[in-house]
Amino acid sequence: MKPAPFDYYAPTSVEEACQLLADAGGGATVLAGGQTLMPLLALRMSQPFVLVDITRIRALRGVSRSGATTRIGPVTRQNEALADATLQQHQPLLVTALRHVGHHQTRNRGTIGGSIALGEPAAELPATAVALGASVEVRSVRGTRTIPAQELYFGPYATALEPDELLTAVDVPEWPTGTVSLFREIAMRPGDFALVGLTGALTVADGVVTRAGVAWFGMGPTPIKARQLEAALVGQRIDALDAGALAELAIADTAPFDDLHATAEYRRTVGRRAFAAALGEALNLRKAA
Amino acid sequence: MSEHAIQLTINGRAHEARVESRLTLSDFLRGDAGCTGVHVGCEHGVCGACTVMVDGAAVRSCLMLAVQADGAAVTTVEGLADDDGTLHPVQQALRDEYGLQCGFCTPGIVMTLASLTGATPATDPDKVMNALSGHICRCTGYQGIRRAARRLAGLAPTQGAPTHG
Repeated sequence: MKPAPFDYYAPTSVEEACQLLADAGGGATVLAGGQTLMPLLALRMSQPFVLVDITRIRALRGVSRSGATTRIGPVTRQNEALADATLQQHQPLLVTALRHVGHHQTRNRGTIGGSIALGEPAAELPATAVALGASVEVRSVRGTRTIPAQELYFGPYATALEPDELLTAVDVPEWPTGTVSLFREIAMRPGDFALVGLTGALTVADGVVTRAGVAWFGMGPTPIKARQLEAALVGQRIDALDAGALAELAIADTAPFDDLHATAEYRRTVGRRAFAAALGEALNLRKAA
Repeated sequence: MSEHAIQLTINGRAHEARVESRLTLSDFLRGDAGCTGVHVGCEHGVCGACTVMVDGAAVRSCLMLAVQADGAAVTTVEGLADDDGTLHPVQQALRDEYGLQCGFCTPGIVMTLASLTGATPATDPDKVMNALSGHICRCTGYQGIRRAARRLAGLAPTQGAPTHG
């Protein structure tokens, strides 16, 4: 239960961090809040030669806005993000999701970018990034590129990030007025990874769904975008929605698995009900508004 | 494997040390700084026994490297009671409400509650109760811990609270 040996660096600039990652030739791992990586190191499931701690890079911390996009520095701590006035006003789904990330004690260290870059399939933030249509900016000594969140995840902890690339920003589009959140997480205990998780946003204008972004976590090897559901929702009048039929479509893209805690069939059953309950709650709030 | 010189304060006293890069803050606090009140349970962030305060925030010290605490102010359970032995209000509340049995998980719970209660402005009571989910206790059944937390968060006592004495 002790990490294997590694060299440790704590650069103070993005350029320095990218150079360290390049110099390590694929043997380096980025350390941010460490609340997922440190257990992997302790269990020796991860044994990097070099650890690049990015938490002393001030430029990677904080929240800003540009046009209709919220930019979140990847080293922003999860509890800092929860308390951030800009996120509370413009990213209500993200704030709801953050309340379910780990525990108070791990949110004091855990970061927004760390969770999104690692790609744990049962985690709240990667799925919420997919649901909202977020993208990440990544940098290396070779240059800068942007990756949509829905193209970021290949499998559990497997992402499109190259070993020499550093996630330097999370850009989340701000959804318009009239948007309601869908969120449900079913776990054995508060703070555990989800058995089933649903996260999404619906924009309603004049009683019609104009935009839908919904994703699942804990329902497959990656966050799962509910494409068939989204396509079925857009253009529908909210007073004519058939929650039962939509619940079937909602889980149509998922790929749940059996494990120690639940069977795939249990996850699908709970998923249908979680979706129907979340939809009903969101639309009631919308009608009352 | 790299080694690093670090400077930090532990319970208000300045410390300097050279640490291996892979040394966790929990092992540093116990082995190098003598703070054996930092209890190491699961060593991978599940149990909460090793919780300490880093710059005032409750964190799991097994999920942090000692080298990452360079420049930080760390508080362990040893730093709470007064020099004359007067208990910190959190410690007193846990004692009064039978919030411990074997005591292994207790220092972590004390540090979480101390970081959240007694603050100005007062922390949301729900947040205090929810933060207890970050700790595992195998003895008490949690009810005594919850009573102590409710008292510290300024909530009314629940039914069945023990009489003191």
